[in-house]
Amino acid sequence: MDSSLLAILQVGALVLVLVAIHRPLGDYMARIYSSTKDLRVERGFYRLIGVDARAEQSWMAYLRSVLAFSLIGVLFVYAIQRAQAVLPYSLGLPAIPEGLSFNTAVSFVTNTNWQSYSPEATMGYTVQLAGLAVQNFVSAAVGIAVAIALVRGLARTRQGTLGNFWVDLTRGTLRLLLPLAVLVAIVLVAGGVIQNFAGFTDVTTLTGGTQSIPGGPVASQEAIKMLGTNGGGFFNANSSHPFENPTGFTNLVQIVLMLAIPFSLPRTFGVMVGDKRQGYAILAAMAAIFVVSLTALTLFELGGAGTAPQLAGGAMEGKETRFGIATSTLFGSASTLTSTGAVNSMHDSFTSLGGMMPMINMMLGEVAPGGVGSGLYGMLILAVIAVFIAGLLVGRTPEYLGKKLGPREIKLASLYILVTPTLVLAGTALSFAIPAVRADVEGTSILNPGLHGLSEVLYAFTSAANNNGSAFAGLTANTPWFNTALGAAMLFGRFIPIVLVLALAGSLAAQPKIPSTAGTLPTHRPQFVGLLVGVTIIVSALTYFPVLALAPLAEGL
Amino acid sequence: MSSRSRIGRQYWVALRAMVVFTLVLGVGYTAVVTGIGQLALPAQADGQPVSDADGQVVGSALIGQSFTDADGNALPQWFQSRPSAAGSGYDGTASSGSNLGPENSDLITAIGDRRAAVAKLEGVSESEVPADAVTASASGLDPQISPEYARLQVARVAEARDLPEAKVSALVESFVQGRDLGILGDPTVNVLELNLALASMAG
Repeated sequence: MDSSLLAILQVGALVLVLVAIHRPLGDYMARIYSSTKDLRVERGFYRLIGVDARAEQSWMAYLRSVLAFSLIGVLFVYAIQRAQAVLPYSLGLPAIPEGLSFNTAVSFVTNTNWQSYSPEATMGYTVQLAGLAVQNFVSAAVGIAVAIALVRGLARTRQGTLGNFWVDLTRGTLRLLLPLAVLVAIVLVAGGVIQNFAGFTDVTTLTGGTQSIPGGPVASQEAIKMLGTNGGGFFNANSSHPFENPTGFTNLVQIVLMLAIPFSLPRTFGVMVGDKRQGYAILAAMAAIFVVSLTALTLFELGGAGTAPQLAGGAMEGKETRFGIATSTLFGSASTLTSTGAVNSMHDSFTSLGGMMPMINMMLGEVAPGGVGSGLYGMLILAVIAVFIAGLLVGRTPEYLGKKLGPREIKLASLYILVTPTLVLAGTALSFAIPAVRADVEGTSILNPGLHGLSEVLYAFTSAANNNGSAFAGLTANTPWFNTALGAAMLFGRFIPIVLVLALAGSLAAQPKIPSTAGTLPTHRPQFVGLLVGVTIIVSALTYFPVLALAPLAEGL
Repeated sequence: MSSRSRIGRQYWVALRAMVVFTLVLGVGYTAVVTGIGQLALPAQADGQPVSDADGQVVGSALIGQSFTDADGNALPQWFQSRPSAAGSGYDGTASSGSNLGPENSDLITAIGDRRAAVAKLEGVSESEVPADAVTASASGLDPQISPEYARLQVARVAEARDLPEAKVSALVESFVQGRDLGILGDPTVNVLELNLALASMAG
């Protein structure tokens, strides 16, 4: 069968699965976050941690809880890594150094899962489980909680509160992520993903050599890594490692997992604001960008332009035989259009223009469909901007879902849009502008010389600031500069937007709902979907075109 | 309650929540999945070890191996795996791709050298060598090669083992694994499993 036809058929299969699950999953999430009843186990948990589940929080209180929980998370993961030498199940590995511990703690708490290290040589089982796996769950639950708070801001009228963070966190973890993760982890084991505590086993190979075969509780980690759009691999090779992702089937499961919650949240949004069409408009904009981006990447890789791919007879460097090209590009697109950042092929070895696509996906702000929660709030911010621009064109005060978008709301949305580009461009520029740093970056970190080396650094900051976590992995990032600068980019790229989103949610919730009139811009029609897609693309194109022209475009053209 | 102590209280709540989550999600969740996996699906959970005719475990069906001598030269009696960037080749403790970019001169040279070496080993023209034979995989542990690359190696392996070519060819065809569900990924041949079958055939 023709390779493009196969590519289309497997996307078709994926679409069918997502169409089937988005409704029950979206409705279920709406129920979880709207319910006034607590499960018995939840009541016990609230008593244990000292929370009044019925107490509503203002946006400031909600934010304080998010920040307190995240700060404790960073300290917790940092401490566990520093103590690795004395922890059980550490496979004899030593304590993790300060710089790397900081980077990794920030990375997993911010849902980025950037890995400056090679896991099988650095992280024992206790760090992976008690530190990293826990954050895989709760950082995802935090993202969804913030998105739900914004949706409540749009849905509520004249209220000072957005719900209770601890309740949203608990329900997202216990009612949504945990049961799904258990189910999927078992499916993954059945598909061949390993789940044991065997450590490394030495075998004598067929030719009489020795091979050390790793073990580990991989399936449990893998399930939540994908479901929570985390992306941190149990092994260095991430989802290209045969023990993480052994077959075409497990690969499809992993792609579905990355997209399941992000593509279902627009439905949740529609249900909670009482107008499902609004959710579908957001979903349509996400899906349109997804399809165009995936098509471009797949065509670039199947085309195999560039000296090495031409000489090899196909862009197979850094790709697994069982996945081939089209299954690799589908995974790579899903991973960078969400905030997952897992890889089943090495993006650094993609064709020049192919390698640019994951960067563009992240530069769009990861909104198509984006990370769990962060994708929805990112797209809703863009919807606010789109309504504002449309309002400017016709000279009316912009409004979205009956909420007036005044100067305060527009300022918050605009600041949101500015955060990640500032971090990406400043971080990349500083890597080359400070002489001592530049010498280190060029001497130690960059693997591929020339334009591709600039791409490696640009990719790293794009990935960190957008909390993606994938890499042009030739870059040696375990250096003082990158551990610190990328750590800062991840922190600011996660929490400044969250501050702005919750502030926006607070001011929207306090407003009355104004009835729509003949002059109100309908935000559920194809016209608005087109406008939203246009705004998403133009905002990032204007910001990033110059730097893209310097690196991957210059290399590829 | 003063506002400062209210903020302080958030951290106390967060700390307690983190302890409980660590027990439930770090320990409990992993224990449940490991328990079910080990009881219901032990072969998969343990990484599908494969054994030779004497029952000796020689590796995992999912993890590729080198079939070369100590200097990295291909042993003609075995089907060859892809080039590997994991350690010095198929190192299970160091999974990795090469991460070399499309215009990297080291990669361009390596592909040229590999193409010439494979063509010489198999006694074919350089244009017949498929892409997977000259490129390193993403994991460095790719257990499989394309059916094209497997077929290319039949004549050389048959000669080295003094076996009829048709017999080796039929063996390769029986090891061609189609796409999952007919559409996912690409067809493959598992090199270790093929070589194990080859070994027992010769014996």
